[in-house]
Amino acid sequence: MNKGMAPRESEGMTPIIKTVALALAVPITVFGLYIIAHGHLTPGGGFPGGAVIATLVALFLIAFGKDIGARALNKKMFSGLETVGLVGFALLAFLGLGSSFFNNFLANSPGLFGMAIPFGPNPGFMWTAGTIPLMNLAIGLEVFAALSLIIILFFTEGEDK
Amino acid sequence: MSILLHAPALLIAIPLLAAFASVFLNRIGKKALSAWVVFALLATEAIAVLLLLDVMSGARHVYSLGASVPGIVSSTGFPVRIVLVGDALSAMVVFVAITIALLAGIFSTKFIEEGKEKFYSLFLLLTAGMAGLSLTGDFFTMFVFLEMLSISSAGLIAFFREGTSFEAAFKYMVVSSIGILFLLFGVGLLYGKYGFLNIAAVASMAAMQFSFIDGVALALISAALLLKSGAVPAHLWKPDVYQKAPAPVVAVLLTSGLVGVYLLFRILFMIVPGAGISQAVGSLIAGIGLVSIFVGVTMALKQESLRRLMGYAAVAETGYILLAIGTALSVASFASVFSMNALMGGIFHIINDAIDLGFLFLAIGAVSYVAKTDNLSEIKGLAHKAPGLSVIFLIGLLAISGMPPLNGFASKLMIFESLYFFSPLLSIVALLGSMAMLAIFVKVFASIFLGPAFKGTVRKLPRRMAFVLLCFVLTMILIGFFPGLVVDLLVEPAAAALTSSCSYIGGIL
Repeated sequence: MNKGMAPRESEGMTPIIKTVALALAVPITVFGLYIIAHGHLTPGGGFPGGAVIATLVALFLIAFGKDIGARALNKKMFSGLETVGLVGFALLAFLGLGSSFFNNFLANSPGLFGMAIPFGPNPGFMWTAGTIPLMNLAIGLEVFAALSLIIILFFTEGEDK
Repeated sequence: MSILLHAPALLIAIPLLAAFASVFLNRIGKKALSAWVVFALLATEAIAVLLLLDVMSGARHVYSLGASVPGIVSSTGFPVRIVLVGDALSAMVVFVAITIALLAGIFSTKFIEEGKEKFYSLFLLLTAGMAGLSLTGDFFTMFVFLEMLSISSAGLIAFFREGTSFEAAFKYMVVSSIGILFLLFGVGLLYGKYGFLNIAAVASMAAMQFSFIDGVALALISAALLLKSGAVPAHLWKPDVYQKAPAPVVAVLLTSGLVGVYLLFRILFMIVPGAGISQAVGSLIAGIGLVSIFVGVTMALKQESLRRLMGYAAVAETGYILLAIGTALSVASFASVFSMNALMGGIFHIINDAIDLGFLFLAIGAVSYVAKTDNLSEIKGLAHKAPGLSVIFLIGLLAISGMPPLNGFASKLMIFESLYFFSPLLSIVALLGSMAMLAIFVKVFASIFLGPAFKGTVRKLPRRMAFVLLCFVLTMILIGFFPGLVVDLLVEPAAAALTSSCSYIGGIL
């Protein structure tokens, strides 16, 4: 890097920004996961949560430059993750077919997220709502992967066909 | 789990799941992907046939998503769930849509050579969108499916990524976004007034307390759906898009426009007769149809590019449907043979339009595949090199321009006959339009197939493509020879379902 001059765009920004970006990775991910996981209790859910995590990709691409960033962030992986999210969502809907499509078959049952919600005002219980948290997770994965893919494609200006 | 019980949901869910999973299948191999897509579409088609066979007798399938008993919409008298409705009309429309999608899908396994996984994801999403639009029983899901359909179509239109295909896709995107915003605004007005999104619930109340707000909402929703179907004031996207999109995509897009026409009439027939404004609305729609025929045909006459010409012809064909059903709506009493005939002619023409125009676009795709060029004006005298293709192309052209004994004639005759009773002028204009269409298509045929032998080399038409084209031609001839059978089995129950809005509302609430 040339001393005293701004680094070239493709090399990314200064080491300070790179370090901060790395440090921010943890809180951003945790916050995004929090929004996804509490989708059935608080405002938020899969879409906003996934979008929050996807901002991390934008941050990395800006901080580390598109040469390193685009190499480290594999488009194929994101495409695969996206598919996993979408197929997972559709399969959860299919699993409800015992009674009807999209039926919430996990709610109020002994299984995962099956806790019945007690009557009256409450602080919100994590293990309730059946398939809804799982669907939030699937949507979160899909939105994260899809938005990341869009951001990467914008950065690389659609070089890839 | 009975398949028939879940048929309305599965018709949407299977293409959707197949679309999502097609990326995985592509990693296994190109052959696996094609097989997967055709398999998924075949499964959907089988379910569509099952549903159709079941509702032909007048039964109605109501499916509320997520309910513990799917048949019950509102246990409390307050319909909140997403409702899918499969009655004789919507099952017929979904059957036509899925059939065209299946045939176009098989066709494109050979036609699309690169980027198959992207193509099929979008193609299956488009199919799911069409199925959803035909089956939806509430306004908001309608908006969602329309959005899904528009986005996937825009991607497919620009699929070849060359020159003006981006322009066409952009145009389509802008036009349909505007249309969808109209729709959303109209739906918002209805929701604000009634607090329901369920079409049956809104219709049952709107018929009694129809006011200015409902009029505005109805106008906005109708405008959006007319835009989607490409009727005249908003027909300009059609030639552009049909010129640039891949041939199998055009066949499906065309069908999605017809699904828009279906939705328009479903909503209008539910609300308008009860509100007592059917004469005004019906005449307006019929007028739009008449202008569409006129503009479509006259613009088609002066087109140089073949596919633009076909785009304008498609505008005219949509005009016939609007004219026939709009006229039937304007009298609003379906006791008379003539109004019922006009209605059935219009519905019959939905089927025939999808088959004929869908076939023609696929055949044009086959022509450009055989001659290895997208520039159709370079192709001349192909009949010497591809005689079989030229014969089936000719049959398709005769069918679309309404020549006996093919299917286009059967529905057009019903339309002409019944319209003559209402006003001879309508019938004459429609007939003249049909004649001009024949003249145009004779020109088309002559320019591609006749003349001195084609100079370039030709590829052999793959067996799969030929199979699809033959399927279409056989259907045309069969419907042409036995129109009564189709009218009795498909069209008459559908017309009955369209006109008996009371039983529709009662069946859902």
